Amino acid sequence: MDQRVTDTGLAFVLNGQAVNITPVPGERLSETLRERLGARDVKIGCNAGDCGACTVLIDGETVCACLVPTHQAEGCRVETLSGLVATDQTAQRLVQTFQDHGAAQCGICTPGMMVCAVALLRDNPTPDVAAVQDALGGVLCRCTGYRKIIDAVIATPAAPVGTIGVGASIRRLDGLEKVTGTEAFGDDVAPAGTLEIRVIRSPYARAAFALGDIAGWQAARGGIKAVLTAADVPGLNAFGVIPAFRDQPVFAENLARFRGEAVAAVVGTPEAIRDLNPDDFPVVWTPLDAISTVAEAQAKDAPQLHDERQNNLMCKGFVACGDAQAALAAADVVVEGRFSTGFVEHAYIEPEAGFAQIVNGRIEIHACTQAPVMDLEAMELILGMDRSKIRIIPTAVGGGFGSKLDISVQPYLALGALKTGQPVRITYSRTESMQSTTKRHPSEIHLRIGAMRDGLISGFAFSGEFNTGAYASWGPTVANRVPVHASGPYRIADYWAEAKAIHTNCPPSGAFRGFGVPQSSIAQESLFDELADTLGMDALEFRILNALEDHVPTVCGQVFAQGVGIKACLEALRPAWANEGAAADAFNASATGSLRRGVGLAAGWYGCGNTSLPNPSIIKAGVRADGTLVLHQGAMDIGQGANTVISQIFMTALGVQSTTLERIGPDTDLTPDAGKTSASRQTFVSGNAARLCGDALRAAILRAVNAPSDAEVSIADGDIYVKDSSTTHRIALAGLPVDADGYVFAAVEQYDPPTKPLDKNGQGAPYAQFGYAAHLAVVEVDTALGTVRAVKFVAAHDVGRAINPMLVEGQIQGGIAQGLGMALMEDYLPGRTENLHDYLIPTMGDIPPIESIIVEVPDAHGPYGAKGLGEHVLIPTAPALLNAIKRACGVRLYSVPAIPSKLSAALHGDANG
Amino acid sequence: MIYSAPTSVKDALAVLKSSQPRIVAGGTDFFPSQRAGAQDRNVLDLTRIEGLRGITRTASGWRIGAATTWTDIVKAVLPPAFDALKQSAREVGSIQIQNRGTLVGNVCNASPAADGLPPLLALNAEVEIASTDAPRRVPLSHFVTGVRKIDLAADELVAAIHIPAVPEDMTSAFVKLGSRKYMVISIVMVAANVRVQNGIIQQARVAGGACSPVAQRLPALEALVQGRAVADLVGLDFGDAALFAPLSPIADVRGSAIYRVRAVAQLCRRALIQAATGEK
Repeated sequence: MDQRVTDTGLAFVLNGQAVNITPVPGERLSETLRERLGARDVKIGCNAGDCGACTVLIDGETVCACLVPTHQAEGCRVETLSGLVATDQTAQRLVQTFQDHGAAQCGICTPGMMVCAVALLRDNPTPDVAAVQDALGGVLCRCTGYRKIIDAVIATPAAPVGTIGVGASIRRLDGLEKVTGTEAFGDDVAPAGTLEIRVIRSPYARAAFALGDIAGWQAARGGIKAVLTAADVPGLNAFGVIPAFRDQPVFAENLARFRGEAVAAVVGTPEAIRDLNPDDFPVVWTPLDAISTVAEAQAKDAPQLHDERQNNLMCKGFVACGDAQAALAAADVVVEGRFSTGFVEHAYIEPEAGFAQIVNGRIEIHACTQAPVMDLEAMELILGMDRSKIRIIPTAVGGGFGSKLDISVQPYLALGALKTGQPVRITYSRTESMQSTTKRHPSEIHLRIGAMRDGLISGFAFSGEFNTGAYASWGPTVANRVPVHASGPYRIADYWAEAKAIHTNCPPSGAFRGFGVPQSSIAQESLFDELADTLGMDALEFRILNALEDHVPTVCGQVFAQGVGIKACLEALRPAWANEGAAADAFNASATGSLRRGVGLAAGWYGCGNTSLPNPSIIKAGVRADGTLVLHQGAMDIGQGANTVISQIFMTALGVQSTTLERIGPDTDLTPDAGKTSASRQTFVSGNAARLCGDALRAAILRAVNAPSDAEVSIADGDIYVKDSSTTHRIALAGLPVDADGYVFAAVEQYDPPTKPLDKNGQGAPYAQFGYAAHLAVVEVDTALGTVRAVKFVAAHDVGRAINPMLVEGQIQGGIAQGLGMALMEDYLPGRTENLHDYLIPTMGDIPPIESIIVEVPDAHGPYGAKGLGEHVLIPTAPALLNAIKRACGVRLYSVPAIPSKLSAALHGDANG
Repeated sequence: MIYSAPTSVKDALAVLKSSQPRIVAGGTDFFPSQRAGAQDRNVLDLTRIEGLRGITRTASGWRIGAATTWTDIVKAVLPPAFDALKQSAREVGSIQIQNRGTLVGNVCNASPAADGLPPLLALNAEVEIASTDAPRRVPLSHFVTGVRKIDLAADELVAAIHIPAVPEDMTSAFVKLGSRKYMVISIVMVAANVRVQNGIIQQARVAGGACSPVAQRLPALEALVQGRAVADLVGLDFGDAALFAPLSPIADVRGSAIYRVRAVAQLCRRALIQAATGEK
């Protein structure tokens, strides 16, 4: 009998509770669970079964809830993470081990990972690594590099947890929410039924367009509450992270400059938005010739993206010292190469999402972001509204890696709420997220490096062209940073480096972990291997010979008297270099088939914080009259651990034993500006502000009883106790006056790293500190197929002082995973790889064991000696892999990704690629 | 808009005639191919139809029902000739996909990179098509006619895949090439079924996928290896392009055409060796 279930409810059991609902035909179970049943612990990353974030159990089997018609759940038992952790002992154990190992960073994939792990452990309580990989391989993670997740599932004993102070591998302070499914990301804040927004985007890379009869279109459809276009932008229809380059419209006017550019947005009921086909929107397109490469952009008669930027050249960066050409002419050997890299997509598992509402006449925006105060500044201009009327309340961020520095959903949310007067929400589809948000810059690099027979570098000439896409975003930063960093962490007296950022009709290229340095590092570290081989020198000893040291000027003429840790990193790899090299030689000597192994090295450095620009962070703290200690922490934790690390630094400076810390923020109403989460600056810059704030709060407490600086401070039962050599003072908090924030003691402190401007030759002091890294990669190449399998990494990182060694390892492993993706598989092609099955990122089966060597060469500017780490972790990875591939099979690749087809062509002697 | 979940093939055929629905079973291709705003079509859900899920022994071989999932195939007890099919099942998407996605859905989706096709071609599979007027059965090689094209009328439904009886001593293997470990669309994949007696290949069936609009058997290659010693497979010359004549690879984001030509030869050798020896 034909069961027509359209009008009748259906029943299933969700987390032990009987539920009865009436979904629409073809509704996805993920949608039902989140919007009808409140199970927001089910995360949606792709709606295509490519990411696994929405994994739930149906009758005990793992499924992607986004691919199950809700009607098929009828009569079934459905379990999600929140239900499992409430009742299932296996899940409860995983809640502990995931925290012990730091297996959740941003936490957006964690529900999917843990649900898969529960299903595995029910079948197989003692899985090995391969079994874990097979069972969890259908869930993508962009943060962790997977190894700590494997450790957590196997329950490898974790390092003992110390107290909250600096140097202790404590659990993340915000970890419990992430492993129990209660963390609220961008799409998790809006109440069900909230009006939704759908952006109308250009299907062409370049097109003129004319909007049609929008009012008539709207009137003919039920449930459409508003249509937003450029005409609805009350302030400036432009945004950009760098004021001098503010060039991207909220809504394009008459001309779309890249595929995916917004031209309008529709606000409507969830039903109306669900039924909306963007192709029906009244707009007439006239496709125009588009340029997609820097070569096309610079051709004569090329279409110009922006009138004021001739030949599509947005800007240049330049650094020179000594005389590069003379040194190259005098060099005993010179190597040269042309390298190219493509677009890399950030591929965080959380697409951009948010919610906005009007509260007491102010607009409140809840969205995922890396830079709440920059969002506020952008919205102030776009809305033409005083900033006191705008509040940015960031949600948890499901991965950022640079792209969530730029605004995305925020203007649509604010404009939608203002025009309708009602709360609104928006979530980008995976394809929208990939089409419209920033990418890593494709690069075309020409590099020549010379050396003398004794191995010392003699001349370095670098020329790089970076495809910055249709709008500026962080392109100027990339152009500036690359010439400063392209030398690598080496002593190079005669240096010339120029980087150009060039517009094309591609998505805007912006910030992505390393700001162009991973691209230049591929060229420089590849040629360093070629130089070492040409000279007949050991590749590691060649690098050590040329490594920067204290008192040796960088290519910008900056001289550090302390803290230069690259040599220590390289020397830390000596044992692995010898052992892994010998093992690979032995493997190859006995190989009969097509497999060959190779070991590769690369080093890297990265200046922490803005380049020669002010870059302050402010941290505030207080003690309430009841003794509660409160930290106003405005530095965005996007998974890297700022909430934990900044708290550890603060508590160490405060020197208060055994108390709990309440953390407020980030929220532009409640937390002072701690700057953006970028440029590896939060541990260093906001960490220093937290240290100063802790010092100041401690000083205020000591001052109250005239105690010496070494007195012991503790808080208990609403009082503060200060014990010095002679006596214990009790400060009764209840009687003290409270300030406007309700604090009896409070402190606000700022830190701004000392830098100096660069002159016309890029000479100056661009950064107060650099961090340093060296990676070793072991690969196995199948020479018959051109496939590459990473076998092992050893990564030495100079972090100055590891505030939390477990989080340091998490950064290293996650950065290596992204570097491996860039090296071996990731290639964003507009119009072709706009989803997570054509655009491939590494899975759990692609990341081998990673041995982290934490090097601590303290930095005088860093809090307790600490240096930044966030970008350093992927800079050496790709060149280390390329160098390993060369040593395995004799082929040097000059472009990434090294997909099997490309490597095979090189092995056959075809043209590269 | 109607969501129909009939319990018999007869009712399902009636729904097909009356409401022109989109068909869903596992949902793993249904949702990704759904366009925004296109949810106004009726849906026919096959998963409640009696007898449509599972693998059964028939007088002439095996019947794999249209709602049979990849995981069902992995878990079924089947002769070694089905090992390639099982191995392909383990390589489709992720376990989450294998738990819902169906083999018949993979066939009907008719992607050039459908992992199920080469093993089924090597098993000489046939497609059982139900219809009110004229139920029929066609060889799989005739059923999939092109990229996203199948020989199925609007009022017909694929009810099952049939595998003719296989020799007890037939062994098989599936080899897939992709750019990462899990959840990867094949660049090239090959299935091989062989019978070996006294170290000599008595019979070989080899099929390659993702190298032509529809996966293809490779009769010339099969002829070449039949009668050869297993030990000779390593060194056998596969250089003659005629061996792979039915294939016509294209270049796409996953690989160049010339790469596919080279890779498919390599994969054929590996699949044959693995099928014959059990060693990877």
